Amino acid sequence: MKGPLRALSHRVSALALITAVASLVVTASSGCSTSRDKQAPRHLTYWEKWTGFEGEAMDAIVDDFNAKEAAHAKADPNYAPIEVEKVTITKIEQKLLIAIAGGNPPDLAGHYSFAVAAYADHGALTDLGPLLAKSGFDRNRYIEHYVQLGEHRGKTWALPLVPASTALVFNKRLFQEAGLDPDHPPTTIEEFDAYAEKLTKWEVTLPSGEKQIQSGYLPNVPAAQKRLLQAGFLPGEPSWWLTGWGDFFGGRLIDGPDTISTANPANIRAFEWVASYSNKLGVGVIKRFRSGFGNSSSPQSAFLSGKVAMVLQGVWIHNYIEKYAPGLRWGAAPFPYPADRPELAGTTHAEADVLMIPKGSAHPNEALAFMQYASTQAVLEKLCLGQQKFTPLVSVSDEFWRAHPNPYIRLFRDLGVSKNAVNIPKTGIWNEYNRELGNAVDLIQSLKQPPAQALAEVQEKMQAALDRDTKILALRQAQ
Amino acid sequence: MKASSLDRANRRNGLLFCLPWLIGLSVFLIYPLCAALYYSLCDYSVLLPPVFIGLDNYAGLMRDPLFWKSLGNTAYFAAGSVTLGLLVSLSLALLLNSKVKGLGLYRTIFFLPSLMPVVASSILWMWMYNGQSGLINTGLHSLGVNGPAWLADPLWSKPAIIIMAVWGAGNAMVVYLAGLQDVPTSLYEAALIDGAGFFQRLIHVTIPMISPVIYFNVVLSIISGFQAFTQAFIMTGSTGAPERSTLFYVLNLYNVGFQDLRMGYASAMAWVLFVIILLLTLAATKLSQRLVTYDR
Repeated sequence: MKGPLRALSHRVSALALITAVASLVVTASSGCSTSRDKQAPRHLTYWEKWTGFEGEAMDAIVDDFNAKEAAHAKADPNYAPIEVEKVTITKIEQKLLIAIAGGNPPDLAGHYSFAVAAYADHGALTDLGPLLAKSGFDRNRYIEHYVQLGEHRGKTWALPLVPASTALVFNKRLFQEAGLDPDHPPTTIEEFDAYAEKLTKWEVTLPSGEKQIQSGYLPNVPAAQKRLLQAGFLPGEPSWWLTGWGDFFGGRLIDGPDTISTANPANIRAFEWVASYSNKLGVGVIKRFRSGFGNSSSPQSAFLSGKVAMVLQGVWIHNYIEKYAPGLRWGAAPFPYPADRPELAGTTHAEADVLMIPKGSAHPNEALAFMQYASTQAVLEKLCLGQQKFTPLVSVSDEFWRAHPNPYIRLFRDLGVSKNAVNIPKTGIWNEYNRELGNAVDLIQSLKQPPAQALAEVQEKMQAALDRDTKILALRQAQ
Repeated sequence: MKASSLDRANRRNGLLFCLPWLIGLSVFLIYPLCAALYYSLCDYSVLLPPVFIGLDNYAGLMRDPLFWKSLGNTAYFAAGSVTLGLLVSLSLALLLNSKVKGLGLYRTIFFLPSLMPVVASSILWMWMYNGQSGLINTGLHSLGVNGPAWLADPLWSKPAIIIMAVWGAGNAMVVYLAGLQDVPTSLYEAALIDGAGFFQRLIHVTIPMISPVIYFNVVLSIISGFQAFTQAFIMTGSTGAPERSTLFYVLNLYNVGFQDLRMGYASAMAWVLFVIILLLTLAATKLSQRLVTYDR
């Protein structure tokens, strides 16, 4: 047995030696050639979440940057150009964390603004403050709301790249069919509710067996004799901002860094309003009606298929309409406010795509150089035009407005700069909070729990979670 | 007595041959198990070093209504899918064990669903369960029955997922079929001579003879039942909607660990699940000592 084994081990050692020598030779020769001709490029890995046309818009920016760097290196042989490699990553929120935890993060990452607080609290990000200070960063170039999305606990962790806001989006054809003026969308919640009633249509089976189309909520017609054809408004459609209805009534989910305020009166009022739609239409009717919809980015979605006349939607709705419902005549307006709270006019959910440097990034300075490039007005306008959104900067060129395909882009931008632009609470427990609240809204919409009770339960639970989180943060700082 | 050099060589070679597996077992199973046990005693967010907090996570679990809710949902699903799965796959195996024309075709048809990836079948069933235009409700409507909203109805969401699990019972069916074909025909002939009918033969011959196979399948389905995740994650989302009726244990664990980054708490949940599955398997083994016959 020993003979062949020994022979094998000799052969393995010989192979290892040859490989090592060969790799040394290759490395040495490649080192020679680069030092003789030009500086080796500085490679920068950049993870980005977008695919499709948004991803292509970002690709164009990366290509421009790489070309500019290559030109610089050509002009100055002593300059080592930065070479950005953009990698498209789905489910970035989890993969990025795992990469950071595993000690092998990308040098730069494109993420959503609502993730900043949790990432920062968990020590997953590089504090941009010192880097930005050295680079002469001017915070005032940005719209205040969007630049503060990257800040948390007094430090800057991310820079806004492509912002978004939400508005009331409505179907003009359905407005006209219901006898409503599509040029005068509702401005108050009360008006909005009246519009929603007129835009609700049923197929009613009369005692004679004849079928008839009727509008309104028809409280006197039994459920078995009516089938919902079109809803004026459903609070759960689309479901993205289900937990954010309180914002339009002046409610806030968090009150300062240490207090959860789910059950404040404005939130209760908002969710009573949400529940009123379940009462008017019927819980079972809504469930069955909604189950016929496709997802939001498909022609079968509630709004694009003309089944729901008014929705709360983001600036990207224009892209969906162009792609899935090209002929749809639509309008946008600020989402209504309660008549007794006119100061809430212009309330919008405003979030942004952000660029961040993960903790452990091997090239933070190069990452910052790309971030600086991507934050110049010309580059941001090219990117935001490509993604068909507005820019996060205060200054906007006339050319940008002229070239923009979204007819309501100025409205969405105006909402973004409004004093009532609100964002997801900056807390490390947001994921947990969002799930709890989602469940509470589920119970409220199905009329299983009154809003005051459901929200109070969430508040109690989340206050305990926040206290736990604060305690752990303090414990970590003490260590 | 000293071991001969051949013995030593054999032992060494044996170990060498086992080594890849031993390394795999230690690196991918034993180490993670022990690490999870340690992390379950810490607050650990993966990104920062763990902070030791003793039994706080376990105490927190006992007070956590979501823990109990998800455990209840999972027990409901496991009980439903194990019993219904057993009945359906055994009945199918009995039917397919008879001598009829086109038997191979039938066997293939009933086995096919189990080959489908869970993600694909979940999406397929989402369409079938669509309350408005789904195949199931359309079928029920033609029978004059107004079907429920299935996945959107907290009362029906779990049964819906159980039905889907039973649809993929082809694997268990094949194992039963193999067991059935192993039953000696002489026993059936003896039973027939004694005048036993179909049900008497089933209860006194077939079931005792395939009891080891039943035991094996039941244990496997308990384990997979308690680990249900993908169906709910795809069909009803990570919140376990509607009203958390499909928030299964592993889904809850995933939320806590990978969304909230509370890996310590998630590790504690994983260990509790491990102990539950271990106890259930031990109970099944205990029960099997009375009910399973290995004699031939």
